[in-house]
Amino acid sequence: MAALAASVLQSRMIRLSNQGQGPKMRYMLMFYENEAEVAAQRDNAERAGPYWDAWNAYMGALYPTGIVLRGDALLPPSAATSVRLEGGNRLVQDGPVAVTKEQLAGYVVIEVPDLDAALAWAARCPAATYGHVEVRPVLDLSNQG
Amino acid sequence: MDGSLQQHGRRAAENAARTSYGRLLAYLARQWRDVAAAEDALAEAFARALDIWPAQGVPANPDAWLMVAARNRLRDGARARKTREQTASSLLVLAPTETEDMPTIADKRLELMFVCGHPAIDAAARTPLMLQTVLGLTAERIASSFLVSPDTMGRRLSRAKARIKDTGIAFEVPGEDELGERMENVLEAIYAAYGQGWDSTGSDDQTRKGLTEEAIWLARVLVELRPEDAEALGLLALMLFCESRSAARRVDGRYVPLAEQDTALWDLPMAREAEDLLRTAGGLKQPGRFQLEAAIQSVLVQSRWTGADLRLPVWTLHGLLAQNAPTIGNLVGLAAATAEVHGPETGLRELTQLPEAVTMDYQPYWALKAQLLQQLGTDRQATETAFRRAIGLTEDGAVRAYLIGKSTQRDG
Repeated sequence: MAALAASVLQSRMIRLSNQGQGPKMRYMLMFYENEAEVAAQRDNAERAGPYWDAWNAYMGALYPTGIVLRGDALLPPSAATSVRLEGGNRLVQDGPVAVTKEQLAGYVVIEVPDLDAALAWAARCPAATYGHVEVRPVLDLSNQG
Repeated sequence: MDGSLQQHGRRAAENAARTSYGRLLAYLARQWRDVAAAEDALAEAFARALDIWPAQGVPANPDAWLMVAARNRLRDGARARKTREQTASSLLVLAPTETEDMPTIADKRLELMFVCGHPAIDAAARTPLMLQTVLGLTAERIASSFLVSPDTMGRRLSRAKARIKDTGIAFEVPGEDELGERMENVLEAIYAAYGQGWDSTGSDDQTRKGLTEEAIWLARVLVELRPEDAEALGLLALMLFCESRSAARRVDGRYVPLAEQDTALWDLPMAREAEDLLRTAGGLKQPGRFQLEAAIQSVLVQSRWTGADLRLPVWTLHGLLAQNAPTIGNLVGLAAATAEVHGPETGLRELTQLPEAVTMDYQPYWALKAQLLQQLGTDRQATETAFRRAIGLTEDGAVRAYLIGKSTQRDG
Protein backbone atom coordinates (compact mmCIF):
# COMPACT_ATOMS: atom_id res chain seq x y z
CA MET A 1 0.00 0.00 0.00
CA ALA A 2 2.83 2.42 0.85
CA ALA A 3 4.47 1.64 -2.48
CA LEU A 4 1.18 2.19 -4.20
CA ALA A 5 0.77 5.49 -2.42
CA ALA A 6 4.22 6.60 -3.46
CA SER A 7 3.47 5.84 -7.06
CA VAL A 8 0.42 8.05 -6.78
CA LEU A 9 2.65 11.08 -6.79
CA GLN A 10 4.21 10.02 -10.03
CA SER A 11 0.96 9.07 -11.64
CA ARG A 12 0.21 11.27 -14.60
CA MET A 13 -3.48 11.01 -13.92
CA ILE A 14 -3.25 12.83 -10.64
CA ARG A 15 -4.54 16.34 -10.50
CA LEU A 16 -2.59 18.53 -8.14
CA SER A 17 -4.23 21.87 -7.69
CA ASN A 18 -1.70 23.43 -5.37
CA GLN A 19 1.45 22.12 -6.94
CA GLY A 20 4.21 23.98 -8.71
CA GLN A 21 6.45 26.90 -7.92
CA GLY A 22 5.41 28.78 -11.06
CA PRO A 23 4.08 32.31 -11.05
CA LYS A 24 0.97 32.84 -8.96
CA MET A 25 -2.03 34.95 -9.80
CA ARG A 26 -4.22 36.77 -7.33
CA TYR A 27 -7.97 36.61 -7.70
CA MET A 28 -10.79 38.06 -5.70
CA LEU A 29 -13.72 35.71 -5.28
CA MET A 30 -16.81 37.81 -4.67
CA PHE A 31 -19.75 36.02 -3.13
CA TYR A 32 -23.18 37.22 -4.17
CA GLU A 33 -26.30 36.11 -2.37
CA ASN A 34 -29.97 36.81 -2.79
CA GLU A 35 -30.47 38.85 0.35
CA ALA A 36 -34.17 38.11 0.84
CA GLU A 37 -33.67 34.37 0.37
CA VAL A 38 -30.68 34.21 2.65
CA ALA A 39 -32.39 36.26 5.36
CA ALA A 40 -35.26 33.76 5.28
CA GLN A 41 -32.76 30.93 5.74
CA ARG A 42 -30.86 32.59 8.55
CA ASP A 43 -34.04 33.43 10.43
CA ASN A 44 -35.38 29.89 10.16
CA ALA A 45 -34.33 27.76 13.12
CA GLU A 46 -34.18 24.60 11.01
CA ARG A 47 -32.36 26.04 8.02
CA ALA A 48 -29.97 28.42 9.75
CA GLY A 49 -27.73 25.56 10.93
CA PRO A 50 -27.05 24.05 7.49
CA TYR A 51 -26.55 27.56 6.04
CA TRP A 52 -23.75 28.39 8.46
CA ASP A 53 -22.38 24.82 8.40
CA ALA A 54 -21.90 25.08 4.63
CA TRP A 55 -20.08 28.41 4.88
CA ASN A 56 -17.92 27.33 7.80
CA ALA A 57 -17.00 24.12 6.01
CA TYR A 58 -16.11 25.99 2.82
CA MET A 59 -13.85 28.39 4.67
CA GLY A 60 -12.55 25.45 6.70
CA ALA A 61 -11.48 23.74 3.49
CA LEU A 62 -10.17 26.89 1.83
CA TYR A 63 -7.97 28.35 4.57
CA PRO A 64 -5.79 25.29 5.38
CA THR A 65 -4.54 25.25 1.77
CA GLY A 66 -2.67 28.46 2.51
CA ILE A 67 -3.88 30.24 -0.62
CA VAL A 68 -6.02 32.87 1.10
CA LEU A 69 -4.42 36.31 1.43
CA ARG A 70 -7.41 38.04 3.00
CA GLY A 71 -11.15 37.81 3.22
CA ASP A 72 -14.19 39.17 4.99
CA ALA A 73 -17.86 38.55 5.37
CA LEU A 74 -20.05 41.62 5.15
CA LEU A 75 -23.10 42.70 7.09
CA PRO A 76 -26.32 42.72 5.02
CA PRO A 77 -26.74 45.45 2.35
CA SER A 78 -29.35 47.12 4.55
CA ALA A 79 -26.42 48.17 6.75
CA ALA A 80 -24.72 49.90 3.80
CA THR A 81 -24.38 53.65 3.28
CA SER A 82 -23.51 55.07 -0.16
CA VAL A 83 -21.75 58.38 -0.69
CA ARG A 84 -21.47 60.44 -3.87
CA LEU A 85 -20.55 64.00 -4.74
CA GLU A 86 -22.75 65.62 -7.37
CA GLY A 87 -21.54 69.03 -8.50
CA GLY A 88 -19.76 69.46 -5.21
CA ASN A 89 -22.84 68.50 -3.23
CA ARG A 90 -22.66 65.53 -0.95
CA LEU A 91 -25.27 62.88 -1.50
CA VAL A 92 -25.52 60.27 1.20
CA GLN A 93 -27.93 57.37 0.84
CA ASP A 94 -28.92 54.50 3.04
CA GLY A 95 -28.43 51.16 1.39
CA PRO A 96 -26.20 49.77 -1.37
CA VAL A 97 -25.27 51.58 -4.61
CA ALA A 98 -27.51 49.44 -6.78
CA VAL A 99 -30.58 47.70 -5.50
CA THR A 100 -30.38 44.31 -7.17
CA LYS A 101 -31.62 40.92 -6.08
CA GLU A 102 -28.14 39.57 -5.47
CA GLN A 103 -25.79 41.53 -3.29
CA LEU A 104 -22.15 41.23 -2.32
CA ALA A 105 -22.02 39.22 0.89
CA GLY A 106 -18.28 38.72 1.28
CA TYR A 107 -15.03 38.08 -0.50
CA VAL A 108 -11.67 36.36 -0.32
CA VAL A 109 -8.47 37.13 -2.19
CA ILE A 110 -6.60 33.97 -3.11
CA GLU A 111 -3.24 33.28 -4.73
CA VAL A 112 -3.31 30.38 -7.21
CA PRO A 113 -1.45 29.30 -10.37
CA ASP A 114 -4.21 30.21 -12.81
CA LEU A 115 -7.85 31.06 -13.45
CA ASP A 116 -8.82 27.37 -13.63
CA ALA A 117 -7.75 26.89 -10.02
CA ALA A 118 -9.65 30.01 -8.94
CA LEU A 119 -12.79 28.79 -10.73
CA ALA A 120 -12.52 25.42 -8.99
CA TRP A 121 -12.67 27.17 -5.61
CA ALA A 122 -15.47 29.44 -6.79
CA ALA A 123 -17.58 26.42 -7.76
CA ARG A 124 -17.20 24.88 -4.31
CA CYS A 125 -18.58 27.96 -2.60
CA PRO A 126 -22.11 27.55 -1.20
CA ALA A 127 -23.06 30.84 -2.88
CA ALA A 128 -22.35 29.20 -6.26
CA THR A 129 -25.30 26.87 -5.62
CA TYR A 130 -27.90 29.52 -4.75
CA GLY A 131 -26.32 32.84 -5.77
CA HIS A 132 -23.21 33.39 -7.79
CA VAL A 133 -19.50 33.91 -7.42
CA GLU A 134 -17.58 36.45 -9.46
CA VAL A 135 -13.89 35.81 -10.00
CA ARG A 136 -11.67 38.78 -10.85
CA PRO A 137 -7.91 39.09 -11.16
CA VAL A 138 -6.35 41.53 -8.71
CA LEU A 139 -4.37 44.30 -10.43
CA ASP A 140 -0.67 43.69 -9.86
CA LEU A 141 0.97 47.01 -9.00
CA SER A 142 4.34 45.51 -8.08
CA ASN A 143 5.90 45.93 -11.54
CA GLN A 144 4.53 49.34 -12.43
CA GLY A 145 7.64 51.27 -11.41
CA MET B 1 -47.64 10.08 -24.53
CA ASP B 2 -47.69 12.76 -27.20
CA GLY B 3 -45.00 14.62 -25.34
CA SER B 4 -42.75 11.60 -25.09
CA LEU B 5 -43.27 10.82 -28.76
CA GLN B 6 -42.40 14.38 -29.60
CA GLN B 7 -39.36 14.14 -27.39
CA HIS B 8 -38.43 10.89 -29.04
CA GLY B 9 -38.73 12.52 -32.44
CA ARG B 10 -36.58 15.45 -31.41
CA ARG B 11 -33.97 13.13 -29.91
CA ALA B 12 -33.87 11.13 -33.15
CA ALA B 13 -33.43 14.29 -35.19
CA GLU B 14 -30.70 15.52 -32.87
CA ASN B 15 -28.90 12.20 -33.10
CA ALA B 16 -29.09 12.18 -36.88
CA ALA B 17 -27.73 15.73 -37.02
CA ARG B 18 -24.96 14.84 -34.62
CA THR B 19 -23.95 11.78 -36.62
CA SER B 20 -23.94 13.81 -39.82
CA TYR B 21 -21.92 16.58 -38.28
CA GLY B 22 -19.21 14.26 -36.94
CA ARG B 23 -18.97 12.31 -40.18
CA LEU B 24 -18.83 15.41 -42.35
CA LEU B 25 -16.27 17.16 -40.20
CA ALA B 26 -14.06 14.09 -39.92
CA TYR B 27 -14.19 13.59 -43.67
CA LEU B 28 -13.40 17.22 -44.51
CA ALA B 29 -10.77 17.69 -41.80
CA ARG B 30 -8.98 14.58 -42.99
CA GLN B 31 -8.98 15.67 -46.61
CA TRP B 32 -7.83 19.20 -45.91
CA ARG B 33 -5.76 18.39 -42.83
CA ASP B 34 -7.16 21.51 -41.24
CA VAL B 35 -9.81 21.11 -38.54
CA ALA B 36 -10.51 24.82 -38.05
CA ALA B 37 -10.97 25.49 -41.77
CA ALA B 38 -13.21 22.43 -42.09
CA GLU B 39 -15.34 23.64 -39.16
CA ASP B 40 -15.74 27.10 -40.69
CA ALA B 41 -16.63 25.71 -44.09
CA LEU B 42 -19.13 23.29 -42.60
CA ALA B 43 -20.74 26.06 -40.54
CA GLU B 44 -21.18 28.10 -43.72
CA ALA B 45 -22.59 25.10 -45.54
CA PHE B 46 -25.19 24.62 -42.78
CA ALA B 47 -26.08 28.32 -42.90
CA ARG B 48 -26.43 28.09 -46.66
CA ALA B 49 -28.66 25.05 -46.35
CA LEU B 50 -30.97 26.98 -44.04
CA ASP B 51 -31.28 29.62 -46.76
CA ILE B 52 -31.73 27.34 -49.72
CA TRP B 53 -33.53 24.19 -48.52
CA PRO B 54 -36.76 25.86 -47.37
CA ALA B 55 -37.09 27.49 -50.80
CA GLN B 56 -35.83 24.76 -53.10
CA GLY B 57 -36.59 21.68 -51.06
CA VAL B 58 -34.29 19.36 -49.14
CA PRO B 59 -31.88 17.58 -51.50
CA ALA B 60 -32.09 13.82 -51.94
CA ASN B 61 -28.82 13.34 -50.09
CA PRO B 62 -28.52 16.19 -47.57
CA ASP B 63 -25.17 15.04 -46.19
CA ALA B 64 -23.56 14.92 -49.61
CA TRP B 65 -25.03 18.34 -50.40
CA LEU B 66 -23.51 19.78 -47.22
CA MET B 67 -20.22 18.08 -47.92
CA VAL B 68 -19.96 19.46 -51.44
CA ALA B 69 -20.97 22.93 -50.26
CA ALA B 70 -18.31 22.85 -47.54
CA ARG B 71 -15.72 21.44 -49.95
CA ASN B 72 -16.49 24.18 -52.45
CA ARG B 73 -16.04 26.71 -49.69
CA LEU B 74 -12.70 25.18 -48.72
CA ARG B 75 -11.49 25.20 -52.33
CA ASP B 76 -12.72 28.72 -52.74
CA GLY B 77 -10.92 29.71 -49.55
CA ALA B 78 -7.70 28.13 -50.81
CA ARG B 79 -8.02 29.95 -54.13
CA ALA B 80 -8.81 33.22 -52.40
CA ARG B 81 -5.71 32.90 -50.30
CA LYS B 82 -3.75 32.74 -53.52
CA THR B 83 -5.50 35.47 -55.49
CA ARG B 84 -6.82 37.60 -52.64
CA GLU B 85 -10.00 38.02 -54.67
CA GLN B 86 -12.84 36.63 -52.72
CA THR B 87 -16.03 38.58 -51.93
CA ALA B 88 -19.14 38.05 -54.03
CA SER B 89 -17.98 35.07 -56.07
CA SER B 90 -17.65 32.86 -52.97
CA LEU B 91 -21.38 32.64 -52.36
CA LEU B 92 -22.05 31.61 -55.93
CA VAL B 93 -19.73 28.65 -55.93
CA LEU B 94 -20.72 27.58 -52.44
CA ALA B 95 -23.97 25.86 -53.28
CA PRO B 96 -23.59 22.60 -55.19
CA THR B 97 -25.24 22.39 -58.59
CA GLU B 98 -27.54 19.56 -59.59
CA THR B 99 -25.03 18.17 -62.04
CA GLU B 100 -22.24 17.83 -59.50
CA ASP B 101 -21.78 14.19 -58.57
CA MET B 102 -22.55 13.40 -54.97
CA PRO B 103 -19.79 11.32 -53.41
CA THR B 104 -20.34 8.86 -50.60
CA ILE B 105 -18.93 10.04 -47.31
CA ALA B 106 -16.71 7.46 -45.65
CA ASP B 107 -16.91 7.45 -41.86
CA LYS B 108 -13.59 8.82 -40.60
CA ARG B 109 -14.72 9.63 -37.07
CA LEU B 110 -12.45 6.99 -35.59
CA GLU B 111 -9.46 8.58 -37.30
CA LEU B 112 -10.59 11.96 -36.01
CA MET B 113 -10.80 10.56 -32.47
CA PHE B 114 -7.25 9.32 -32.73
CA VAL B 115 -6.14 12.77 -33.87
CA CYS B 116 -7.92 14.38 -30.89
CA GLY B 117 -6.20 11.96 -28.51
CA HIS B 118 -2.77 12.34 -30.13
CA PRO B 119 0.15 12.73 -27.68
CA ALA B 120 1.19 15.94 -29.50
CA ILE B 121 -2.06 17.56 -28.36
CA ASP B 122 -2.15 19.09 -24.87
CA ALA B 123 -3.83 16.53 -22.59
CA ALA B 124 -6.25 19.16 -21.27
CA ALA B 125 -7.45 19.90 -24.81
CA ARG B 126 -8.09 16.31 -25.97
CA THR B 127 -11.55 15.81 -24.50
CA PRO B 128 -12.83 19.28 -25.42
CA LEU B 129 -11.50 18.84 -28.96
CA MET B 130 -13.27 15.51 -29.31
CA LEU B 131 -16.54 16.96 -28.01
CA GLN B 132 -16.33 19.87 -30.41
CA THR B 133 -15.25 18.04 -33.56
CA VAL B 134 -17.05 14.70 -33.27
CA LEU B 135 -20.22 15.98 -31.62
CA GLY B 136 -20.27 19.64 -32.66
CA LEU B 137 -20.65 21.01 -29.12
CA THR B 138 -19.94 24.71 -28.72
CA ALA B 139 -16.85 25.98 -26.90
CA GLU B 140 -19.12 27.76 -24.37
CA ARG B 141 -20.95 24.59 -23.45
CA ILE B 142 -17.70 22.65 -23.12
CA ALA B 143 -16.10 25.44 -21.08
CA SER B 144 -18.91 25.40 -18.51
CA SER B 145 -18.76 21.65 -18.13
CA PHE B 146 -15.02 21.78 -17.57
CA LEU B 147 -15.27 24.77 -15.26
CA VAL B 148 -13.01 26.83 -17.47
CA SER B 149 -13.67 30.34 -18.79
CA PRO B 150 -15.12 30.30 -22.34
CA ASP B 151 -12.22 32.50 -23.43
CA THR B 152 -9.63 30.07 -22.13
CA MET B 153 -11.46 27.13 -23.69
CA GLY B 154 -11.66 28.89 -27.06
CA ARG B 155 -7.94 29.54 -27.03
CA ARG B 156 -7.14 26.01 -25.91
CA LEU B 157 -9.18 24.59 -28.79
CA SER B 158 -7.64 26.96 -31.37
CA ARG B 159 -4.16 26.06 -30.20
CA ALA B 160 -4.92 22.37 -30.52
CA LYS B 161 -6.28 22.80 -34.05
CA ALA B 162 -3.28 24.88 -35.08
CA ARG B 163 -1.07 22.12 -33.75
CA ILE B 164 -2.85 19.45 -35.80
CA LYS B 165 -2.35 21.58 -38.90
CA ASP B 166 1.25 22.62 -38.21
CA THR B 167 2.56 19.23 -37.11
CA GLY B 168 0.61 17.41 -39.80
CA ILE B 169 -0.82 14.76 -37.48
CA ALA B 170 -2.03 11.93 -39.70
CA PHE B 171 -5.75 11.17 -39.80
CA GLU B 172 -5.39 7.44 -39.53
CA VAL B 173 -5.83 4.50 -37.21
CA PRO B 174 -2.37 3.90 -35.72
CA GLY B 175 -0.46 0.72 -36.49
CA GLU B 176 -0.24 -2.23 -34.10
CA ASP B 177 2.95 -0.97 -32.42
CA GLU B 178 1.34 2.16 -31.00
CA LEU B 179 -2.32 1.26 -31.15
CA GLY B 180 -2.58 0.28 -27.48
CA GLU B 181 -1.21 3.51 -26.11
CA ARG B 182 -3.09 5.70 -28.56
CA MET B 183 -6.33 3.88 -27.81
CA GLU B 184 -5.79 4.51 -24.11
CA ASN B 185 -5.65 8.26 -24.79
CA VAL B 186 -8.91 8.10 -26.70
CA LEU B 187 -10.62 6.11 -23.94
CA GLU B 188 -9.32 8.45 -21.25
CA ALA B 189 -10.54 11.49 -23.16
CA ILE B 190 -14.04 10.01 -23.38
CA TYR B 191 -14.03 8.99 -19.72
CA ALA B 192 -12.95 12.51 -18.75
CA ALA B 193 -16.06 13.87 -20.45
CA TYR B 194 -18.18 11.45 -18.42
CA GLY B 195 -16.43 12.44 -15.20
CA GLN B 196 -17.18 16.11 -15.80
CA GLY B 197 -20.79 15.26 -16.44
CA TRP B 198 -20.98 13.04 -13.37
CA ASP B 199 -19.54 15.78 -11.17
CA SER B 200 -22.02 18.34 -12.29
CA THR B 201 -25.23 16.29 -12.44
CA GLY B 202 -26.14 17.72 -9.06
CA SER B 203 -26.06 21.22 -10.37
CA ASP B 204 -29.44 22.92 -10.57
CA ASP B 205 -28.00 25.19 -13.22
CA GLN B 206 -29.17 23.99 -16.63
CA THR B 207 -26.28 25.70 -18.41
CA ARG B 208 -23.96 23.36 -16.55
CA LYS B 209 -25.82 20.26 -17.60
CA GLY B 210 -23.54 17.28 -17.55
CA LEU B 211 -21.78 15.66 -20.46
CA THR B 212 -22.66 12.10 -19.48
CA GLU B 213 -24.90 11.54 -22.50
CA GLU B 214 -22.27 12.99 -24.80
CA ALA B 215 -19.57 10.74 -23.36
CA ILE B 216 -21.78 7.67 -23.78
CA TRP B 217 -22.46 8.73 -27.34
CA LEU B 218 -18.72 8.97 -28.06
CA ALA B 219 -18.15 5.54 -26.55
CA ARG B 220 -20.94 4.11 -28.69
CA VAL B 221 -19.32 5.56 -31.81
CA LEU B 222 -16.02 4.06 -30.74
CA VAL B 223 -17.54 0.62 -30.07
CA GLU B 224 -19.37 0.74 -33.38
CA LEU B 225 -16.15 1.48 -35.24
CA ARG B 226 -13.89 -0.82 -33.18
CA PRO B 227 -16.14 -3.61 -31.93
CA GLU B 228 -13.15 -5.86 -31.24
CA ASP B 229 -11.60 -3.57 -28.63
CA ALA B 230 -12.35 -4.96 -25.15
CA GLU B 231 -11.49 -1.76 -23.30
CA ALA B 232 -13.80 0.32 -25.49
CA LEU B 233 -16.58 -2.14 -24.61
CA GLY B 234 -15.52 -1.97 -20.96
CA LEU B 235 -15.67 1.82 -20.96
CA LEU B 236 -19.13 1.88 -22.49
CA ALA B 237 -20.31 -0.77 -20.00
CA LEU B 238 -18.87 1.23 -17.09
CA MET B 239 -20.62 4.43 -18.12
CA LEU B 240 -23.93 2.65 -18.75
CA PHE B 241 -23.79 1.00 -15.31
CA CYS B 242 -23.29 4.41 -13.69
CA GLU B 243 -25.89 6.07 -15.88
CA SER B 244 -28.48 3.38 -15.15
CA ARG B 245 -28.55 4.55 -11.52
CA SER B 246 -28.77 8.27 -12.21
CA ALA B 247 -32.49 8.55 -11.41
CA ALA B 248 -31.96 6.83 -8.06
CA ARG B 249 -29.00 8.99 -7.03
CA ARG B 250 -31.24 11.97 -6.60
CA VAL B 251 -34.73 11.83 -5.13
CA ASP B 252 -36.61 15.14 -4.73
CA GLY B 253 -33.31 16.92 -5.07
CA ARG B 254 -31.77 14.90 -2.25
CA TYR B 255 -28.59 12.92 -2.70
CA VAL B 256 -28.98 9.16 -2.11
CA PRO B 257 -25.83 7.01 -1.72
CA LEU B 258 -25.66 3.68 -3.53
CA ALA B 259 -26.39 1.54 -0.46
CA GLU B 260 -29.67 3.39 0.17
CA GLN B 261 -30.86 3.69 -3.43
CA ASP B 262 -34.26 2.39 -4.46
CA THR B 263 -33.35 -0.24 -7.07
CA ALA B 264 -36.79 0.19 -8.63
CA LEU B 265 -35.50 3.52 -9.93
CA TRP B 266 -32.59 1.92 -11.73
CA ASP B 267 -32.79 1.69 -15.50
CA LEU B 268 -32.89 -2.08 -15.96
CA PRO B 269 -32.49 -2.33 -19.74
CA MET B 270 -29.49 -0.04 -19.54
CA ALA B 271 -27.87 -2.11 -16.79
CA ARG B 272 -28.53 -5.29 -18.83
CA GLU B 273 -26.92 -3.73 -21.88
CA ALA B 274 -23.89 -2.89 -19.74
CA GLU B 275 -23.77 -6.47 -18.46
CA ASP B 276 -23.87 -7.84 -22.03
CA LEU B 277 -21.13 -5.48 -23.17
CA LEU B 278 -18.95 -6.49 -20.25
CA ARG B 279 -19.45 -10.18 -21.05
CA THR B 280 -18.52 -9.60 -24.70
CA ALA B 281 -15.43 -7.69 -23.57
CA GLY B 282 -14.42 -10.53 -21.27
CA GLY B 283 -14.62 -12.98 -24.16
CA LEU B 284 -11.98 -10.98 -26.04
CA LYS B 285 -9.36 -11.76 -23.39
CA GLN B 286 -7.78 -8.31 -23.28
CA PRO B 287 -8.03 -7.27 -19.64
CA GLY B 288 -7.82 -3.59 -18.68
CA ARG B 289 -8.78 -0.93 -16.17
CA PHE B 290 -12.11 0.03 -17.72
CA GLN B 291 -13.28 -3.57 -17.71
CA LEU B 292 -12.20 -3.80 -14.06
CA GLU B 293 -14.16 -0.69 -13.17
CA ALA B 294 -17.18 -2.00 -15.06
CA ALA B 295 -16.82 -5.34 -13.26
CA ILE B 296 -16.90 -3.55 -9.89
CA GLN B 297 -20.10 -1.82 -10.93
CA SER B 298 -21.55 -5.12 -12.09
CA VAL B 299 -20.84 -6.80 -8.75
CA LEU B 300 -22.24 -3.84 -6.80
CA VAL B 301 -25.44 -4.01 -8.83
CA GLN B 302 -25.74 -7.75 -8.27
CA SER B 303 -25.20 -7.53 -4.53
CA ARG B 304 -27.94 -4.91 -4.28
CA TRP B 305 -30.32 -7.05 -6.33
CA THR B 306 -29.65 -10.43 -4.80
CA GLY B 307 -28.75 -9.28 -1.31
CA ALA B 308 -25.68 -11.53 -1.47
CA ASP B 309 -22.56 -10.47 0.42
CA LEU B 310 -20.13 -9.66 -2.37
CA ARG B 311 -17.80 -7.35 -0.44
CA LEU B 312 -14.81 -9.63 -0.91
CA PRO B 313 -14.97 -9.77 -4.73
CA VAL B 314 -15.47 -6.00 -4.77
CA TRP B 315 -12.34 -5.58 -2.64
CA THR B 316 -10.34 -7.93 -4.88
CA LEU B 317 -11.37 -6.04 -7.99
CA HIS B 318 -10.53 -2.70 -6.36
CA GLY B 319 -7.07 -4.05 -5.51
CA LEU B 320 -6.47 -5.05 -9.12
CA LEU B 321 -7.74 -1.72 -10.35
CA ALA B 322 -5.51 0.27 -7.99
CA GLN B 323 -2.54 -1.77 -9.15
CA ASN B 324 -3.46 -1.21 -12.77
CA ALA B 325 -4.19 2.50 -12.44
CA PRO B 326 -3.05 3.99 -9.10
CA THR B 327 -5.02 7.22 -9.34
CA ILE B 328 -6.15 9.02 -6.22
CA GLY B 329 -9.75 8.07 -7.02
CA ASN B 330 -8.95 4.38 -7.34
CA LEU B 331 -6.88 4.34 -4.14
CA VAL B 332 -9.65 6.00 -2.16
CA GLY B 333 -12.03 3.45 -3.69
CA LEU B 334 -9.76 0.63 -2.55
CA ALA B 335 -9.64 2.01 1.00
CA ALA B 336 -13.44 2.10 1.03
CA ALA B 337 -13.61 -1.53 -0.11
CA THR B 338 -11.00 -2.51 2.47
CA ALA B 339 -13.09 -0.89 5.21
CA GLU B 340 -16.10 -2.92 4.07
CA VAL B 341 -14.17 -6.19 4.34
CA HIS B 342 -11.67 -5.59 7.15
CA GLY B 343 -13.40 -2.90 9.16
CA PRO B 344 -13.17 0.89 9.39
CA GLU B 345 -9.87 0.91 11.30
CA THR B 346 -7.96 -0.96 8.57
CA GLY B 347 -9.62 1.09 5.87
CA LEU B 348 -8.72 4.29 7.66
CA ARG B 349 -5.10 3.22 8.05
CA GLU B 350 -4.91 2.55 4.32
CA LEU B 351 -6.59 5.85 3.54
CA THR B 352 -4.36 8.02 5.69
CA GLN B 353 -1.24 6.59 4.03
CA LEU B 354 -2.08 8.56 0.90
CA PRO B 355 0.17 11.60 0.45
CA GLU B 356 -1.28 14.80 1.86
CA ALA B 357 -0.37 16.82 -1.21
CA VAL B 358 -2.97 14.95 -3.26
CA THR B 359 -5.61 14.43 -0.58
CA MET B 360 -5.75 18.00 0.73
CA ASP B 361 -8.45 19.14 -1.68
CA TYR B 362 -9.76 15.77 -2.88
CA GLN B 363 -13.34 15.65 -1.68
CA PRO B 364 -13.97 11.86 -1.78
CA TYR B 365 -10.95 11.34 0.50
CA TRP B 366 -12.47 13.54 3.21
CA ALA B 367 -15.95 12.10 2.75
CA LEU B 368 -14.65 8.55 3.27
CA LYS B 369 -12.43 9.61 6.15
CA ALA B 370 -15.37 11.28 7.87
CA GLN B 371 -17.55 8.22 7.39
CA LEU B 372 -14.93 5.79 8.73
CA LEU B 373 -14.07 8.00 11.71
CA GLN B 374 -17.76 8.28 12.52
CA GLN B 375 -18.14 4.50 12.38
CA LEU B 376 -15.22 4.11 14.79
CA GLY B 377 -16.64 6.79 17.04
CA THR B 378 -13.42 7.32 18.96
CA ASP B 379 -12.28 10.75 17.81
CA ARG B 380 -15.03 13.33 17.67
CA GLN B 381 -12.70 16.20 16.86
CA ALA B 382 -11.10 14.44 13.88
CA THR B 383 -14.52 13.30 12.66
CA GLU B 384 -15.80 16.85 12.71
CA THR B 385 -12.74 18.17 10.88
CA ALA B 386 -13.07 15.53 8.17
CA PHE B 387 -16.78 16.28 7.71
CA ARG B 388 -16.08 19.98 7.42
CA ARG B 389 -13.47 19.40 4.74
CA ALA B 390 -15.78 17.06 2.82
CA ILE B 391 -18.63 19.56 3.01
CA GLY B 392 -16.42 22.51 2.11
CA LEU B 393 -14.90 20.80 -0.91
CA THR B 394 -18.06 19.65 -2.65
CA GLU B 395 -19.59 21.60 -5.49
CA ASP B 396 -22.82 19.70 -5.26
CA GLY B 397 -25.55 21.31 -3.16
CA ALA B 398 -27.32 17.97 -2.61
CA VAL B 399 -24.14 16.24 -1.44
CA ARG B 400 -23.42 19.24 0.81
CA ALA B 401 -26.85 18.95 2.43
CA TYR B 402 -26.46 15.17 2.79
CA LEU B 403 -23.09 15.47 4.51
CA ILE B 404 -24.27 18.26 6.81
CA GLY B 405 -27.09 15.94 7.86
CA LYS B 406 -24.67 13.06 8.45
CA SER B 407 -22.21 15.19 10.39
CA THR B 408 -24.82 16.13 12.94
CA GLN B 409 -25.69 12.50 13.72
CA ARG B 410 -23.92 12.20 17.04
CA ASP B 411 -24.54 8.49 17.61
CA GLY B 412 -21.59 7.53 15.36
